[in-house]
Amino acid sequence: MSAPLGLLAELTHRCPLGCPYCSNPLALDKRGDELDTATWARVFREAAALGVLQVHLSGGEPAARRDLVEIVKAARDAGLYSNLITSAVGLTPQNLAALSDVGLDHVQISIQDSDEASADHIAGYEGASARKRALAKEVVNLGLPLTVNMVVHRANIGRIEPMVELALALGASRVEIAHVQYYGWALKNRAALMPTREQVDEAVRQVELLRAKHQGRIVIDAVVPDYYARFPKPCVGGWGRRSLNVTPGGRVLPCHAAEVIPDLEFWNVREHSLADIWRSSPAFQAFRGTDWMQEPCRSCSRRDQDFGGCRCQAFLLTGDARAADPVCHLSPHHPIVAELAADRKDAAYAYRTY
Amino acid sequence: MNGPATQASDISRPRLPRGVRLTHNEAQGGWVLLAPERVFKADAITVEILKRCTGEATLAAIVDDLAATFAAPRERIHADVVTLLNGLAEKKLLDLG
Repeated sequence: MSAPLGLLAELTHRCPLGCPYCSNPLALDKRGDELDTATWARVFREAAALGVLQVHLSGGEPAARRDLVEIVKAARDAGLYSNLITSAVGLTPQNLAALSDVGLDHVQISIQDSDEASADHIAGYEGASARKRALAKEVVNLGLPLTVNMVVHRANIGRIEPMVELALALGASRVEIAHVQYYGWALKNRAALMPTREQVDEAVRQVELLRAKHQGRIVIDAVVPDYYARFPKPCVGGWGRRSLNVTPGGRVLPCHAAEVIPDLEFWNVREHSLADIWRSSPAFQAFRGTDWMQEPCRSCSRRDQDFGGCRCQAFLLTGDARAADPVCHLSPHHPIVAELAADRKDAAYAYRTY
Repeated sequence: MNGPATQASDISRPRLPRGVRLTHNEAQGGWVLLAPERVFKADAITVEILKRCTGEATLAAIVDDLAATFAAPRERIHADVVTLLNGLAEKKLLDLG
């Protein structure tokens, strides 16, 4: 059994924005159920003891936590490398400086579009874009590394170049071009978000040109869209292999979407140690290794490379969590994916509401 | 077109920037380089080079020290160091200074 590398710590599901592509579940955790500071500190110590190297402090909006500085200090004290995954909205320059002082390692700011009006529309928050750009400057002024995360979908996929140029102008050392994946609120809004194949091919071409153009100045990480792929992504690096996700209420998930799969038993950090959960919880054991696989995955030469793709996506699209991720062209259910990708509507977004 | 900062020279004073940490981890089986949302395994040679990248020592001095410590030709060490540091700088994992 491998040791996990990363911990996704969803500190809260509260968030001022309403992004329609949010991967949080539709049923968001209530504020009253959130783990307190001391519990997060314990989780971080247990994670470090398990071998976890990095914690991704996320949510919702992690800056909505009044104890964020204590939480980041606790991550540092536990020896974890800390990434703050933030919308920047609700994070003041003063708080950012305090986070820097307690040893925060890296800040990732989401930017919804290079076009400010479009960006605010996507986020469902007027003025969001201006706040993000302002805080990005503060991050760089403090000497912290900055990543700009850009979630890409039909509304902004034509602006890959201006989006990368914006990331450069803001002083980011890294930009993530993250094509939407369809879970949670993104799944609900799929028809409004889904790009065409032509748009995706052009976006891939743009990324390659930009990588060559800006080599050495900025790192461009790109997550390709599933629905137009031939093979599936190695989701979370394999179930229960590389990472774990702790929800605001303390449930530990092998991935952020796992609660869509029925009959999985998730354990809570309030009742079990993280090591115990990693090793023995039924949810983590459910799809570990390859014994659970059906054909075509079971005898496929790629099974240790992509692990059969995404369990949650297999369940959502085929009704069977043990099926091959139908994104794979070898899946008998693969035709579903093209049908769903063709189902595009310029409907209004169903904004994420807390 | 590369930016000028990705060309290591003898007078470079390389150092790991803020947000890049070289650390040893038992559970993960050795030395790792931690960077924004990325982890890289660091082999023994990489570790010896990066330990000397303090921002004070010049690349030439680092190569001298490695040559004195390990039995390998200085030219070979120099080439390996330049290749490693340029590669890391391109990935924004190192400041060439």
